[in-house]
Amino acid sequence: MSNGPSLGVFKFASCDGCQLSLLDCEDEILAVAKAVRIANFPEASRAVVEGPYDVALVEGSVTTAHDLQRLLRVRQESRVLVTIGACATAGGIQALRNAADVAEYTRVVYAHPEYINTLERSTPIAEHVKVDYELRGCPVNKRQLLDVLLALLHGRKPDIHPHPVCVECKMAGTTCVLVANGTPCLGPVTHAGCGALCPSYARGCFGCYGPAEDARVGALAGPLAASGAKPDELVRLYSTFNVAAPAFQEGQRLAREGGASK
Amino acid sequence: MSEARTIKVDYLARVEGEGALTVVVKDGVAQDVRLSIFEPPRFYEGFLRGRGFREVPDITARICGICPVAYQMSSCQAMEDALGWVVPEPLQRLRRLLYCGEWIESHALHMFMLHAPDFLGVQDVVALAELHPEWVKAALHIKKTGNELMRIVGGREIHPINVRVGGFYRAPRKAELAALLPDLESSLQEAQAALPWLATFDYPELERDWELVTLKHPEEYPFCRGNIVSSHGIDVPFSGFPDHFEERHMAHSNALHAVVKARGHYHTGPMARFNLCFDTLGEAAKASAAQVGLTVPCMNPFKSLLVRGVELIQALDEAVRIVADYRPPSEPFVEGPVHAGTGHGASEAPRGMLYHRYTIDDAGLITDAVIVPPTAQNQGTIEDDLRALAPQLATLPLEDATWRAEQAVRNYDPCISCATHFLKLRFEEAS
Repeated sequence: MSNGPSLGVFKFASCDGCQLSLLDCEDEILAVAKAVRIANFPEASRAVVEGPYDVALVEGSVTTAHDLQRLLRVRQESRVLVTIGACATAGGIQALRNAADVAEYTRVVYAHPEYINTLERSTPIAEHVKVDYELRGCPVNKRQLLDVLLALLHGRKPDIHPHPVCVECKMAGTTCVLVANGTPCLGPVTHAGCGALCPSYARGCFGCYGPAEDARVGALAGPLAASGAKPDELVRLYSTFNVAAPAFQEGQRLAREGGASK
Repeated sequence: MSEARTIKVDYLARVEGEGALTVVVKDGVAQDVRLSIFEPPRFYEGFLRGRGFREVPDITARICGICPVAYQMSSCQAMEDALGWVVPEPLQRLRRLLYCGEWIESHALHMFMLHAPDFLGVQDVVALAELHPEWVKAALHIKKTGNELMRIVGGREIHPINVRVGGFYRAPRKAELAALLPDLESSLQEAQAALPWLATFDYPELERDWELVTLKHPEEYPFCRGNIVSSHGIDVPFSGFPDHFEERHMAHSNALHAVVKARGHYHTGPMARFNLCFDTLGEAAKASAAQVGLTVPCMNPFKSLLVRGVELIQALDEAVRIVADYRPPSEPFVEGPVHAGTGHGASEAPRGMLYHRYTIDDAGLITDAVIVPPTAQNQGTIEDDLRALAPQLATLPLEDATWRAEQAVRNYDPCISCATHFLKLRFEEAS
């Protein structure tokens, strides 16, 4: 077993996809296991070493009172806490409940709503505890995940850029789908990291990585409206895996108003 | 009177998602078995109401990071059924290729990284790599090949972005796929070589008499097409699902239990497909099964490891053939008029059948959504297997009994995130 820093991977409400990204590093996973001591990673191992941990990777959002208590313990036991993915950084798609009647949802999905314990809101990790690094995306990019682990091992800053997807599109030489085809695209306001995938597959960005730093959703409102998309379609475009991120909330508000002024 | 025994697993490892197990055994008989799923509920069926029909493949993919393609395939099919859109054969082949990628990736992950360690008494794949570095290296290469296939066809491995109702946003170029052919061929050879090694493991004795449920198609091993059939006589199109199956809500679980209305628990997944659809396996998969003495019927749940190995060969073999014959389709997708309707979709996720049903209005907005994932269907059957295992669990040392019970759960490659859209293992001996 490695004598390196200890790593814990913790799951809250999520699809498992972000921690799977670590197991998807087929060329690197055995080297990672030599460099760090995988102390608590239930998806991959039965062996659990009690904390404290040097690094905690936290996936998922907080949706139950029990999970909130569990999160507080993870924070207490961990020197560096890194949130991975849109659920942990923005509340995930399950934050769609935040604007809805949860009792109604429970009735729709479950025959015996009285068996279900859940909080009214799905909230990001940073709303409850101090977070040292955030890694965006639905799912995270495994290269970025490896880089964060490497950076922490070597005591350097992770090489993660805060610019929008637009920059990645230009670097890839992809034709702008919004300008050339009138396809609604959130690339100008969405955090980079995916490599501008969707435009390279002839579709608009739908905001998996959440808002870029200083996302100018106001400046994008005009071109989005001019694309011919209806206001309710634009509201839904901003209402997916990062629905609760403040800049995307603003985008939803502007889309609604655009509808009202017509 | 014998002493009662408490075996507890509070947080089941090497599965996707959060669950616990409680088994109470007394005098060799299971008094109580509960697979509890404490993964928090996420209410997909609730918030899908009011969304546009085009959004379902992207949204429902997020139910599961391990089998997003299954969600994309079943949801697209259901919408196409509601709208009466017919997806032509070349696009169906491309869907099958993408699904092969998910089967290869998911089966390689489960077989070698999550399940095989149980048979060799090691905690995880890292420890397995110290014992058998050559097999772990081969497994990682196979897994990577599956992921590469998903990346090329789907745009990325987890939550692909290239799937749409009616087909794909962009068809892959011939050269993109052809570049992967050598890796697909070498992965097929590695999977063929690995199966006899897996067959040398000790498989605990257990014979079951499940009702098996799977899609079945006259000409192809089931992925996306066919009828829903059971070993006990069900044979209906997708739209017949609600007539024969229902979901029940149990107090100990955030996942709904699906049952056959007339009979109760049933088994879906690789064992069901292998037993009911053996004839449609390709020659390569049949030859490998014969080589390790795997024949129909095979009703020992622990041998699901070998059955997955046969399916891994099938998926690689099919992928090789589809890629070799691939010519880009004339259009990457089809479209037609949008109108109100109800549609059913079903496909075979690596861990079992996944059923979707949607009703949409004239604007194409969803008014009702029903999603029945494989682990919700298998949850009752997993508990039944543990009851059948009780005599073994009573005689083994406590630590070994706990491990054996966990292994029995892992036979199903359970995906708990899916099932709550859904696991915790606690093991008690009655006093």
